[in-house]
Amino acid sequence: MSAANLLSIRHVGKHFGGLHVLQDVSFEVPAGSIYGLIGPNGAGKTTVFNLITGLLTPSAGSIDFQGASLIGQQAHQITHRGIARTFQNIRIFKEMDLLENVMVGMHEHLNYGPLALLLNSGACRAAEKRARERALELLSWVGLDHKADMLADNLSYGDQRKLEFARALATEPKLLLLDEPVAGMNPSEKTILMEEINNIRNRGYGVFMIEHDMRFVMGLCDRIAVLNFGRIIAEGTPDEVRNNPEVIEAYLGKEDAA
Amino acid sequence: MEWFNDFWSTYSTLVFTVGVHALLALSIWLTLSCGLLSLANAAFMGVGAYVAALLTVNLEWSFPAVLLAGAVTPALVALLIGAPVLRLSGVYLAMATLAFGEVVRITILNLEITGGPEGLNGIPLITEGWHIVLILAVTIYSLARLRRSKIGRAFEAIKEDEIAARLMGINVDRYKLLAFTLGAFIAGLAGALNAHFTFFISPREYGFENAVDILTMAVLGGTTTLIGPMLGGTILTLLPELLRSLHDFRSLVNGAVLILVVLFLPKGIWEPRRIRAFFGRNKGDQA
Repeated sequence: MSAANLLSIRHVGKHFGGLHVLQDVSFEVPAGSIYGLIGPNGAGKTTVFNLITGLLTPSAGSIDFQGASLIGQQAHQITHRGIARTFQNIRIFKEMDLLENVMVGMHEHLNYGPLALLLNSGACRAAEKRARERALELLSWVGLDHKADMLADNLSYGDQRKLEFARALATEPKLLLLDEPVAGMNPSEKTILMEEINNIRNRGYGVFMIEHDMRFVMGLCDRIAVLNFGRIIAEGTPDEVRNNPEVIEAYLGKEDAA
Repeated sequence: MEWFNDFWSTYSTLVFTVGVHALLALSIWLTLSCGLLSLANAAFMGVGAYVAALLTVNLEWSFPAVLLAGAVTPALVALLIGAPVLRLSGVYLAMATLAFGEVVRITILNLEITGGPEGLNGIPLITEGWHIVLILAVTIYSLARLRRSKIGRAFEAIKEDEIAARLMGINVDRYKLLAFTLGAFIAGLAGALNAHFTFFISPREYGFENAVDILTMAVLGGTTTLIGPMLGGTILTLLPELLRSLHDFRSLVNGAVLILVVLFLPKGIWEPRRIRAFFGRNKGDQA
């Protein structure tokens, strides 16, 4: 294993009873890059994310992050290790305002004890103030700082995705998992998000995304893995993947023998 | 001053009860704020009341020590049963905590030391008005601090979406246990205070009906703020008294009021966002 790999997934399988959702899935996400996972609906992409983030436990194989195994770790511990994610079906905290949403992500980085909290000590106030400023900064990255005290439920769909994005960054991840980040966005929003994801990468984060929008994936990712019926059928640069006959077959169907 | 003395000799118990009910409503508010529908708080109150009363009567502990023991004991019980019980959620948690409440009630009913079904008689009247005011004030202050902190945000996040909360790095199980235990602490405190101004306690006061009453206080008042539960507790204490002239129809009207509030104000009586929106709209109409 090379040290440059942030995340290594090796021979991972997952079955629910007799249903094999993933079989022998292996790939490596290098540090400082944007990695894409594509595949038809039901191929098992979100299951891969759920395995990485500890919501599910793999039936076989190993998942290593920065050289240490993630197997058996609970979801919040994996977040502490430096993996954050967004969801395909958005899961923001609707009854909280935007600022609070992002501040929830900073939970682990606010280190004041209960006594400091009750006495409203200087250290506690300072930590809360820093967190608020940082949350505002993250909101400004995604262009939502002017709505900071709005209830998250009142946001448009696209803005809710951006909020989830800012909230994930608040956990100070090293690797950011994005589950269909541009679903439901219009073309101009997509272009803006594309730039933002590039900026995120340039700030030193690793990005690993599931996406259906081919133009988006091909334009953004350094490498791509293709999942079909629970198996990796291709892996490589966007150009390699685009011209792989198996991938074309998975997406477009097999040509009839003439 | 004479009218006040008259009033106080008649109604002091009622005023004390308002304070105790406010505490109870806050205790359930705390567990609800973490998304836990627990019906164990009446039982926790009972544990607190009995422990405190027995310590006063049999061991003659000082009142502060009695109150502390009355709060800490149910908190320890909550810590013990919390680990298995809090794996459940929604109505299943409600059912499990309800069953726990029955276990506590039946245990008290059958123990020698608690006086069984006859209850405990002759508990010294130690609680004074300022005790309740002080404890209520400290509780409100602490909960207000908690609410605006990372702990309060964690509770709220768990209530809204447990999975998202986990992935934000929140140790969900630990925070649920914290909310459950702190709720038991406050309920126990309320029970200990209550036992020392009612002279008499019996297992009947901590059963299913009371568990539902406590929940109703918080839901009626509204759980989005701290004011809501206290308001609900006050209303549910005073309403039966105000309706005293209706005699047999009292519980009927009491129930009707509750139904109307739940139907038309599903988020409770005290809901700042709705109140603000209401007045904001009126202003807009006039302009």
